[in-house]
Amino acid sequence: MKRILSLVLLMFVLALSFSSCHGAKKRDAFIIPDEFDTSKNYEISFWAKNDTNLTQVNIYKKAIEDFEAIYPNIKVNLRLYTDYGRIYQDVLTNIATGTTPNVCITYPDHIATYMTGENNVVPLTDLFVDEKFGLAGSEVKFEAPTKEEIIPKFLEECKLGTDYYAVPYMRSTEACYVNKTYVEKLGYTLPDVLTWDFVWEVSEAAMAKDADGNFLVNGQKTMIPFIYKSTDNMMISMLRQLDEPYSTSRGEILLFNDTTKSLLLEIAEHTETKAFCTFKIIGYPANFLNAGQCIFAIDSTGGATWMGSDAPLVDIPEENMVDFETAVMTIPQFDAENPKMISQGPSMCIFNKEDPQEVLASWLFMQFMLTNEVQISYSQTEGYIPVTSKAQESPEYKDYLSREGEDNDFYYDIKIKAAKLMIDNIENSFTTAVFNGSTSLRDAAGQLIENVTKSVRRHQNVDEEYIETLYEDMTSLYHLDNTELSAGTVSSLSPLPLESKLLISALCTVWVFILVYLAVSTIKKRKNT
Amino acid sequence: MKKILVVLLALVLALAMVACGDNGDAKDTETNAGTDTTLDTTVDTAADTEGGDVAAVMSYADYMAAELDAPVVIEAYVQAKQSWWDNKATIYTQDQDGAYFIYEMVCSEEDYAKLVPGTKIRVNGFKTAWEGEVEIASGATFEIIEGADTYVAEPVDLTEVLGTEELINYQNQLASFKGMTVEAVEFKNGEPGDDIYVTLGLGGASYSFCVEFYLTGTDTEVYQTVSALEVGNVVDVEGFVYWYQGVNPHITAVTVVG
Repeated sequence: MKRILSLVLLMFVLALSFSSCHGAKKRDAFIIPDEFDTSKNYEISFWAKNDTNLTQVNIYKKAIEDFEAIYPNIKVNLRLYTDYGRIYQDVLTNIATGTTPNVCITYPDHIATYMTGENNVVPLTDLFVDEKFGLAGSEVKFEAPTKEEIIPKFLEECKLGTDYYAVPYMRSTEACYVNKTYVEKLGYTLPDVLTWDFVWEVSEAAMAKDADGNFLVNGQKTMIPFIYKSTDNMMISMLRQLDEPYSTSRGEILLFNDTTKSLLLEIAEHTETKAFCTFKIIGYPANFLNAGQCIFAIDSTGGATWMGSDAPLVDIPEENMVDFETAVMTIPQFDAENPKMISQGPSMCIFNKEDPQEVLASWLFMQFMLTNEVQISYSQTEGYIPVTSKAQESPEYKDYLSREGEDNDFYYDIKIKAAKLMIDNIENSFTTAVFNGSTSLRDAAGQLIENVTKSVRRHQNVDEEYIETLYEDMTSLYHLDNTELSAGTVSSLSPLPLESKLLISALCTVWVFILVYLAVSTIKKRKNT
Repeated sequence: MKKILVVLLALVLALAMVACGDNGDAKDTETNAGTDTTLDTTVDTAADTEGGDVAAVMSYADYMAAELDAPVVIEAYVQAKQSWWDNKATIYTQDQDGAYFIYEMVCSEEDYAKLVPGTKIRVNGFKTAWEGEVEIASGATFEIIEGADTYVAEPVDLTEVLGTEELINYQNQLASFKGMTVEAVEFKNGEPGDDIYVTLGLGGASYSFCVEFYLTGTDTEVYQTVSALEVGNVVDVEGFVYWYQGVNPHITAVTVVG
């Protein structure tokens, strides 16, 4: 009897060790419920980003109102942001306290970091195809798109490892908003496709001044011909266009190479002449473009309503606005025959919760954001495009695109041209590999350009030695010297390590021993009695 | 048999414990890899102090005379803190001669707590201008001057200076503007929770002011009072003379006077 008691005690201790190993903090993986419980009320939070654009805010509010009318037992609380970075920071803070939002606008890069905790982010692969609650499922009470109706290229961007962890919400790319009037005044004709050589050449030509120090092209004291808003995109796009490495899909860092060095040295040359600058250093490209102080302004197509002489959204005093013709073009290319540009724009993810019904409510809301009404109305606020073929091919959306330039508000020509630029280049767009640390790598790519630009402006010597030191600094600053850790998310989806396999095998063996021992003891006892 | 079983169990238990410990460490490291920018930041200082060389502290006049992108070293007193994140602090500082806006200087959270109004600090960085706002650029370093005097500026009345070219000479200083008429109040997101854009009129001209959410927060008296302002109210406001495509003071206090 004593022996049996001892064994039971040991088994209890062993069971305890098992449970402690796997941590009390871990949340169970989400399992799709068979039914959605409409007898209970659910309150979910939605953290959304807008482009300092009240129309977008109102579309979010209208979508929530419409959704709540369909599902009266779900209340959606909207929290608004104007900056992806802030959402990212707040989510990280709230992961630590277990208070993440239910649904969140995000970038796939960010999700890779959110996934460092177990089961934080709900995988969507099974949800997509669930017969009842999947995309356009039988129990979904609104007309949602099917999985096939989500543009495959955009959906693939939301795949991390083997599972989908997000759905695209809107897509955009970068555009070069060009002051065509000034290009022609300088004696140039815009090519069909902008090249880097052309942009650099015109930018340098625009630096000529008169005897009073005014720039000849605009007659002003200020002219920064080429301003890039997102320098991380700039470096990433240049490398991709040249087919030069940036990273591997598993998180191996390849950014710090000789091609990057030569690109940085070229950027330094044009910074030296003051022909090039960045948003972080000088300000918004749109403000300089609209004031006639910039010729090539590169920014997202999602910022198109701020661009041009007749822009509906303006940040500069009216008296500073200059009249000029704006051309909306793809970003400069190294190979005009084979253009490449980044695919960007918001996606949505769902955070896991204790109650699967709450998660299901979140999924239903997220699915609602893919309906035609939401997709089309939001895309019309900026140079975004809907992420479903269902919306893109709808008569309503086609009619909208056809009415380019009918007014300077809803049909603002620059905005619709920007959207068309993205639609025409879906197959030329690309994304970078997503892994835990890819956000840091992206930051480092941009910081290389920012640092070079700052250093040149500060009359510091930027040469090969400087770049080598910069590589070391960036590697250290962004912890890019440990690629295995950077690829943490990928490895978390990989097979168990050898140590774990050995441990599990050992535990199984012991349990077999225990059961055999108990069986033998029982048989012996029975025989004895 | 029983002895072997007990030894085996003890061994497995020990292994389980060790495995648990390793798991925790790995998680911590992964988290750091993913959120690595929280630990470091780019440092841009004017002087190399490693060799003991300390750049000369500039007067406000010297600072103003310095060209953009030039290295600068200044001493001033903290007036208000706007934000801290990722070891970067953005603050308003001022001395008896003028004011300095310091954008994202390198600062630990612990040091940020020490930057109470009046604290004298030495800042080492580069002068820059962003959308017209002259400031000390991101990446500056600072030190608290131990044992120094303290100074909290009184707002200078710039009502009469509004709309004149002289106003820029007061950039970043704490100032007051009196008898302004509210022309518009607009929440950045259409509802409370972020910046508030306020248009105030005086003598037939309109001026853009802002309640900067990071500077004031939303639970403060100033945020609540401005949220409740109505067109036609007459107000006295205090704030820092920030610049964004022209003067755009960041309001820190408001009193409805009519």
